Amino acid sequence: MATQLPPGIELEKVDDRIMTLNVGPQHPGSGHMRLIIKVDGDYIVSCDPDPGYVHRGEEKMAEYRNYIQNIPHLERPVIHDSCNILYPYCLAVEDLLGIEVPERAKYIRVIGSELNRCTYILYWLAIYGIFLGHSTMFMWPVGDRELFIDLLEAMSGARVTHAYFVPGGVRNDLPANFEERCLRQVDYFEKRLKEYEDIFYQNPVLKQRTEGTGILSRMDAIRLGTTGSVLRASGVDFDVRKKEPYDVYDNLDFETQVLREGDSYARSRVPYLEMFESCRIIKDALKKMPKSGSVRTKLKPNPKGGNDEVYRRVESGRGSLGYHIISNNRPEPYRVKISVGSFRNLICIPYLLKGEKLGNMPAVYWSLNYWPVEADR
Amino acid sequence: MGSKKKEDVESSESDNEVTESRNDKNKEESTDISTKLTKEEAKKFYEEKGIDLSHDVPIHSIPIPPFEKSMADKIVSKFGQKAVIDYVRPNRIRVNTKREDILDIAYFIRDELKFDHAESVGGVDYPDSKEIEVVYHLGSYTDEQLGNKIIALATKVPREDIPNPGKDSTRTPSLREVFYSVEFHERECFEMFGVYFEGHPDNRRLLLPEDWADIPPFRKDFKIKGR
Repeated sequence: MATQLPPGIELEKVDDRIMTLNVGPQHPGSGHMRLIIKVDGDYIVSCDPDPGYVHRGEEKMAEYRNYIQNIPHLERPVIHDSCNILYPYCLAVEDLLGIEVPERAKYIRVIGSELNRCTYILYWLAIYGIFLGHSTMFMWPVGDRELFIDLLEAMSGARVTHAYFVPGGVRNDLPANFEERCLRQVDYFEKRLKEYEDIFYQNPVLKQRTEGTGILSRMDAIRLGTTGSVLRASGVDFDVRKKEPYDVYDNLDFETQVLREGDSYARSRVPYLEMFESCRIIKDALKKMPKSGSVRTKLKPNPKGGNDEVYRRVESGRGSLGYHIISNNRPEPYRVKISVGSFRNLICIPYLLKGEKLGNMPAVYWSLNYWPVEADR
Repeated sequence: MGSKKKEDVESSESDNEVTESRNDKNKEESTDISTKLTKEEAKKFYEEKGIDLSHDVPIHSIPIPPFEKSMADKIVSKFGQKAVIDYVRPNRIRVNTKREDILDIAYFIRDELKFDHAESVGGVDYPDSKEIEVVYHLGSYTDEQLGNKIIALATKVPREDIPNPGKDSTRTPSLREVFYSVEFHERECFEMFGVYFEGHPDNRRLLLPEDWADIPPFRKDFKIKGR
């Protein structure tokens, strides 16, 4: 039966072997992002990612607001890692305006950044657990995440969207007795974290589903320009906190976690090991932090950047996160380009899924530490 | 009272021509406010309070670091007039070039200077000079020493008032054969600025909806509604 189709719409030729599947764009399974997958039987022969369902035009919005008004909306792409997405913006604006940050504020920013990194990784881990049908691993991290959310709430007044970092320091000082409370909760969390090893990482079902799937070799990780835990799970020792230390990271005692396997299991394990390092950084920073002093350099009213440009980056929960800001003697930036880890790791998805079994798709996809909202910006 | 103070701030910032003209425009709009201070009065007021209203940017006073300088000299000695070093700062170099030479310089940066991946590819729209600039930020994973260094490689392409993405003169060679990692970044730049990358195998839309029928949205003449 010949059907009349409206212009611009054509039917796909249905082949005998190859079938096209749309994974997404609804939330469960892919997270507001569509993967157009072609399968031959049980094997994926091609994958075409289709992001953009949560594109907000953050870069465009930033051109209409001044340097201070830009703070709250720029953290929206990753609300549960909001300190880290604002961090490079603050560093860049400080460079542009020539602002010195007080010493105590630098330590507070490091503590805030690491607390937020743990919050993000626990959230990601919870979803990885439920992706693989491990519901205990959904409940535990979400419960333990409350420890850090409570600390960040005491710090900034908000549970998720903190808007705590500002150019020139942080918005307000730490509350009384924060240090003791933070130390106590981080100590408890470190003990708790060790239990994850037995229930999740040594679980034979998890190992069977993730070990040996989606292998990314060291050279391919470099060639594809991946970043963050994906890069470190493939054996490249690169962490912006070590390579290009910002604020006080060069004074603090921590190590980068590198694994060599490059499979989904290694990629899921690197963030877990990094949480131990984050706890170490927090405890070290609390010890070395000046006990009093200013936490914010006051900006001049309606500050303007000169005819200048700057590129600054930090290590976020999903890898290196950079801001390229161009100013032209106006209170608003002329152009803000945000380079995020998720968008840089997007290129891995078609690369790794090709030749993989369809059932391994969730295990590979979520191990890439991909956050669709951040990738779209 | 609050609005009066704001006016003072506006009127006393006159460091350069751009703000001067903007202030003049504000002045015309608000001449009926009788409580407004003159520029001299406002200056005196802030001097008495000890508030400094100048906007000096000290970033240019940083001395040129030797490592980056030698790297910039390598590029200049190889390409001469073709590569213009815009700035050399700690850990950052910016090279401006014409689009005909960008592939040669990119190969040189990859093979001789050991930069192996692209951190970001962004466009900047300059409607006044009818140009769009494409900036590649390149980094290195393989070389231990270059971990904190970033080279910005920039080129300018002509901009047309009525864009026709993919078919007009707004085009530049793609760097995908040099740096594989630019693939999705260039696709984003194509849809947001209408810059066509010649030699890119997949110049399709990435983030925008399939039925987008307006001009590329990150150009300056695309205005956000209500702003």
